[in-house]
Amino acid sequence: MSGELAARLRKDFPILHQEVRGRPLVYLDNAATTQKPRQVIEAISRYYETENANVHRGVHALSERATASYEGARAKVRRFLNAAGDREIVFVRGTTEAINLVAQTFGRSRLGAGDAVLITAMEHHSNIVPWQLVCAERGARLKVAPIDERGDLRLDELEKMLTPEVKLVSLVHVSNALGTINPVKQVVRMAHARGIPVLVDGAQAVSHQPVDVRDLDADFYAISGHKMFGPTGIGALYGRAELMETLPPYMGGGDMILSVTFEKTLYNRLPYRFEAGTPDIAGAIGLGAAVDYLEAAGRPAIAAAEHELLEYAVPALQSVPGLKLIGTPRERASVLSFILRDGEIHPHDIGTVLDQEGIAIRTGHHCAQPLMQVFGVAATARASVALYNTREEIDLLVKGLHRVLEVLG
Amino acid sequence: MSGDLRDLYQEVVLEHSKRPRNYRAMPDATSTAQGFNPLCGDQLNLYVKVEGDVVKEVSFVGQGCAISRASASLLTGAVKDKTKEEALRLFEKVHLLVTEGPSKVSPEEVGKLAVLSGVSEFPARVKCASLAWHTLKAALEGQTSVSTE
Repeated sequence: MSGELAARLRKDFPILHQEVRGRPLVYLDNAATTQKPRQVIEAISRYYETENANVHRGVHALSERATASYEGARAKVRRFLNAAGDREIVFVRGTTEAINLVAQTFGRSRLGAGDAVLITAMEHHSNIVPWQLVCAERGARLKVAPIDERGDLRLDELEKMLTPEVKLVSLVHVSNALGTINPVKQVVRMAHARGIPVLVDGAQAVSHQPVDVRDLDADFYAISGHKMFGPTGIGALYGRAELMETLPPYMGGGDMILSVTFEKTLYNRLPYRFEAGTPDIAGAIGLGAAVDYLEAAGRPAIAAAEHELLEYAVPALQSVPGLKLIGTPRERASVLSFILRDGEIHPHDIGTVLDQEGIAIRTGHHCAQPLMQVFGVAATARASVALYNTREEIDLLVKGLHRVLEVLG
Repeated sequence: MSGDLRDLYQEVVLEHSKRPRNYRAMPDATSTAQGFNPLCGDQLNLYVKVEGDVVKEVSFVGQGCAISRASASLLTGAVKDKTKEEALRLFEKVHLLVTEGPSKVSPEEVGKLAVLSGVSEFPARVKCASLAWHTLKAALEGQTSVSTE
């Protein structure tokens, strides 16, 4: 039962047990960032209280322990994504940096005049702008695969767009604005049949369902710690080793080198070649603790409970007069985007009234302005659930929306 | 309605947001500016007709929440027939009103715009209320676009 899992897990999240504006907090902004369980918070404190030192350098005991914990976190992320080796996991600040890393290394070295990068109409700005930057520099262009009126990818159209000038496909696994789960495995198969590598933006996917990069056969897979119950400022890029070996460095600095002279520098092996400077050691350890947490809870169980909660939430929301869901994909994770009275009641006003009821949602364009244009709206209200959300909270949201109609009707 | 929400969404505010005054493009405007709130994607085009030193007419079109539409609608009435200098002074008063609240600004100074005072209790909404005013300032000073970020 979904309720039981959520009731048990939410005890681990200290922040959820508070009142906001005199009401129990109902946190439904998980697609923006998730809350952190005590296990993650404690792992970070423990590191600073007992192990803090720089990694990969010292001969002293603390440095050895810090290095072991940092590399231990990498091994956890590798297992979590089922990558073939630890060297395929590069720690970065988050999904945005992961995509920029690929754009600046793969993009700058592989794109030439007349080439193209293929994305989809439901991408976050972080999977649009890095490609626009590199395309402008290299004389390449961006192609955009369309979606249908439900918010599902048009696979037939996407396949037609896989022409010889396309050098990379970059697409989101789960849409942050619609909740659509994309058939990534199928897209990878189509692209690989034409020798085109694929980057998958997994920011919204990993906290909701099991992800296996080898089963997907993705070439790159990007994640953010803070969207999977870990800290902000840390994320990871999975990159297939054979491909990563061929890429030029990203940032220059310490840790990414084997030897430096003013005449010539030899670069370090994977993954360190892409990790210049002292990394976010505590963040990586916190991310490792978040992986442990998700694995202990069981990702298949989380996915099943969340699916059940969404099955409950969709008709409950649709019972609100004048509410229209934006995005009704065949397969959905976490996100419920909606407007009221065809947008006559603006999402910001919805958000303000709900906030007075202690309910946190996101309103606006969700960093996906081109997608909003596809649906002909300027903004939506978005409720997004995570493993600790309950049916009671959905009921409170529905009640809150009736209040919105009362105040702004 | 709880006290604060009633202050924010006063009848006059809701009425202006549903039926904004001077909601149209102005082909013979003497200056126009575009205002953006990048946080939420709200956007408005403001049109101003200035004769000599006097603001003869203001109109707007755009997308925004109840607060930003009401504020823009009220603006079009409030600055009509004022000198540029008076309009900019009113901008300062409105800014003070929506950030600091009614205690800092006397009702005579802002007239009808006093209905926007409830915004001061909602810091996240100050940018909504001030977008049109920043855009007006830009238009009067000859800039073509402005952002609240």
